[in-house]
Amino acid sequence: MSVLLEVNGLAKSFGGVQAVRDVSFSLGRSEMLAIIGPNGAGKSTCFNMVGGQIRPDRGTIVLDGQDIAGKAPRDIWRRGVGRTFQISATFMSMTVCENVQMALMSHHWRTRALLPLASRLYAEEAAAILDRIGLADRRSHMCGVLAYGDLKRVELAVAIAHRPKLLLMDEPTAGMSPSEREALMQLTADIVRQEEMAVLFTEHDMDVVFAHSARIVVMNRGAVVTVGTPAEVRENAEVKHIYLGGTLEAAH
Amino acid sequence: MDLSFFVNQALTGLASASSLFLVASGLTLIFGVSRIVNFAHGSMFMLGAYAAATVYGPIVSALGPAIGPWLAMLAAAVAVGLIGVVVEVLLLRRLYHAPHMLQILATFGIVLIVQDAVVLIWGYDQIVGPRIPGLRGAVTIFGQRFPQYELFMLFIGPVVFAGLWLLLHRTRWGTLVRAATRDREMADILGVDQAKLFTTVFFLGAALAGLAGGLQWPREPANIYLDTRVILEAFVVTVIGGLGSIGGALLASIIIGLLQAFGILLFPKSTLVLVFAVMAVVLMVRPWGLLGRPEPQAVSDLAETKTAPPAHRYAAHAFAVALAILLVLPLFAPDYVVKLATQAIIFALVAFSLNFIVATGGILSFGHAAFFGLGAYAAAIAVKSHGASTGLALLAAPVLAGLVALGVGWFIVRRTGIYLAMLTLAFAQILWSVAFQWVEFTGGDNGIVGVYMPGWASQTGAYYYLTLAFCGIAVALIWRIMFAPFGYTLRAGRDSALRCDAIGIDVRRHQVLAFALAGSAAGVAGGFFTFLKGGVDPSLLSMDISADALIMSLLGGVQTVVGPLVGGAAFTFLKAYIMPVTDQWRLVLGIVIIVLVLAFPRGIVGFINARSGWFGGAKSEAPVASTGEKLA
Ligand SMILES: Nc1ncnc2c1ncn2[C@@H]1O[C@H](COP(=O)(O)OP(=O)(O)OP(=O)(O)O)[C@@H](O)[C@H]1O
Ligand SMILES: [Mg+2]
Repeated sequence: MSVLLEVNGLAKSFGGVQAVRDVSFSLGRSEMLAIIGPNGAGKSTCFNMVGGQIRPDRGTIVLDGQDIAGKAPRDIWRRGVGRTFQISATFMSMTVCENVQMALMSHHWRTRALLPLASRLYAEEAAAILDRIGLADRRSHMCGVLAYGDLKRVELAVAIAHRPKLLLMDEPTAGMSPSEREALMQLTADIVRQEEMAVLFTEHDMDVVFAHSARIVVMNRGAVVTVGTPAEVRENAEVKHIYLGGTLEAAH
Repeated sequence: MDLSFFVNQALTGLASASSLFLVASGLTLIFGVSRIVNFAHGSMFMLGAYAAATVYGPIVSALGPAIGPWLAMLAAAVAVGLIGVVVEVLLLRRLYHAPHMLQILATFGIVLIVQDAVVLIWGYDQIVGPRIPGLRGAVTIFGQRFPQYELFMLFIGPVVFAGLWLLLHRTRWGTLVRAATRDREMADILGVDQAKLFTTVFFLGAALAGLAGGLQWPREPANIYLDTRVILEAFVVTVIGGLGSIGGALLASIIIGLLQAFGILLFPKSTLVLVFAVMAVVLMVRPWGLLGRPEPQAVSDLAETKTAPPAHRYAAHAFAVALAILLVLPLFAPDYVVKLATQAIIFALVAFSLNFIVATGGILSFGHAAFFGLGAYAAAIAVKSHGASTGLALLAAPVLAGLVALGVGWFIVRRTGIYLAMLTLAFAQILWSVAFQWVEFTGGDNGIVGVYMPGWASQTGAYYYLTLAFCGIAVALIWRIMFAPFGYTLRAGRDSALRCDAIGIDVRRHQVLAFALAGSAAGVAGGFFTFLKGGVDPSLLSMDISADALIMSLLGGVQTVVGPLVGGAAFTFLKAYIMPVTDQWRLVLGIVIIVLVLAFPRGIVGFINARSGWFGGAKSEAPVASTGEKLA
């Protein structure tokens, strides 16, 4: 399996807080890699550096042989990286379908078109994507009125609209019921297989993590504790200490 | 320039800086805790001057010349502080969570009401201030005589600064104010009694403005133009210093005071341009002002705005009826009404184009008059100075307005929220003062007259149809664009800049283009206005026009597509029929604004729509709300 993403020596501090220090890991094509760790471990900060929302202090992020560290989010997206946010970011005054259409319009460089009716552009493609995510029945709902779990799925639909090589999902199942979680992750896994997409995700639910990741990166206080298969991580003494030695709530 | 002159000029500048600081510190204090940009702050200053003028005589004759004058000033300050409390309790308290646009308009309503109230109570004539006993003389500094009162003013600023510093850093109240300024939610969590805190802050802020007004009175007669001048200066100072920062206000007051004192030597006619240029440069280098802090969240206003196409068949009917009336109007209506209707069409376009960038684009502009006025002047100057044909003149209007809007847009979209609104206002004011002061080119105060259509087009009816056709095309184009990918992208940027960036969209670039588009549409309106009125004058570039355009949107319904059109027309006719019957048009307008903001924030169309759903979109009950977004 060839390498898609190679993160090396990534670091970021906010004022005095070392949110991420010297984080390195790599991700193969079509691989699902989980980053886990207690609250404040630096997972989201890592995601935001890969996605371009935060500029790293140090380190390289090599995607397909090119360093994307410090590039603008929209450039990174054009190179084939889609993402969801921990607090979902959607266009609240638009319908679910229009949210996906926006991503498609952007992908086809049509956002400056002045005359065509936007609601008709890429409507079928968007509908097909929503079908796949299981949102077909919500297609014409305003995002502003959707339940939290549905919003997360809208984000997923938007994130995969331009068929990215890499999908970043920051806590994709937060706020969902266990069955919803399992369904969403199963769906993601299917898409990954069909599209040959790689996924980097964070998750607090350990069942989800162990069931759906080939390898796991464990972070604590901004640093990588260990990287390994689910079995290896389960047996790791340090990981046990982090999760059982006090910060139990992180594993709920 | 010899040394003594230099020192004297510097001292004069610093004395003005003191006065400026008093006003600006109050404004920045109020903004810090309430996040409200208080246009009425200049009115408090003006009221301070008039209040001082009223109580000065009685108090001095009762208490003598030694302490009387100072007690009179203090009494004026307290009285104005109490007015500030009334404004806060009755009006602003209800708007703390409303979008910036409603807040700004509400305070603007107060400005209008105070203007007419002052005229009603004190009349149009200015009231010349006294020479304060004990400070009538002058001291000699480097051989030049310097008035004692100026010297006294020079010290007042630092003294008030020290007092404020102690109040903010050595009292519990001050700690709360600072906490609330830094983080409003934090103050909530700490269990601060917000109502009490805000009321006291408004008292202090307004009292400072009142004190400044009172102290200014011996230097400058109390007059009805003080409010506008002072509020603009105070805005510039607080923006340069950093909204919410008292230290920044002091620093910026000194800069502006000195700039005015020396700028007048370098550019005798254009200190205002100089002042705004400095503000623009400061904001380029330091987006949050010299000592301001970044706002923790980008707050996108009007997030609930829906721009769905007309959904109900009644909407199509209503539209057809409206169009039919517009088409046959000149056949039966008297000339006067047709002229008025022409004007209504022009302002409908102004409001429509403004609402396009405000509601669809999320760019709150308080300077849309700039582009309307530019279009008007471009047409007038093309005809008068260059002998251009009317067709060419009408083409020059949108082209010039659009190009300037492109440049301005490039500059302002680097800022967000209230800083952006201040920059648009600043730009419009620069143009306004240029129109006033560049007499050879613009005709100055008198403007340019005698610009009429030739031949058939000069007839009222013909010109009406011409205006209807071209303004109609502009409206139709923008309307279409709202529902095209470009319009959707603007809405997307307004809803979530974070998400846009994560799907490859450069929000700012789209915003700049939208700004240029709206600017050139306003330019079309301006061009037609010139030929309607037969000329131009600087009032076309004034803050009043910008405010009127926002009020039209509000009146019609900010969140609807047709609202601004309805509002623009309704406003024009209301104004034309109310103004002749009352001298207090401003008072009426001010009250209308406040009623709208408090009771009908959805406007006429929004109101009808919420009941009937006629004009499409959701029949949502959610009021105009602002949302924040966080990256986590
Ligand atoms: N913009 C910021 N400014 C200051 N500190 C920040 C900022 N973003 C994150 N931090 C800090 O950096 C650390 C790592 O935060 P991060 O959000 O990356 O953690 P996380 O692993 O995603 O946690 P969670 O599981 O709660 O989402 C935390 O201590 C956090 O307080
Ligand atoms: Mg996180």
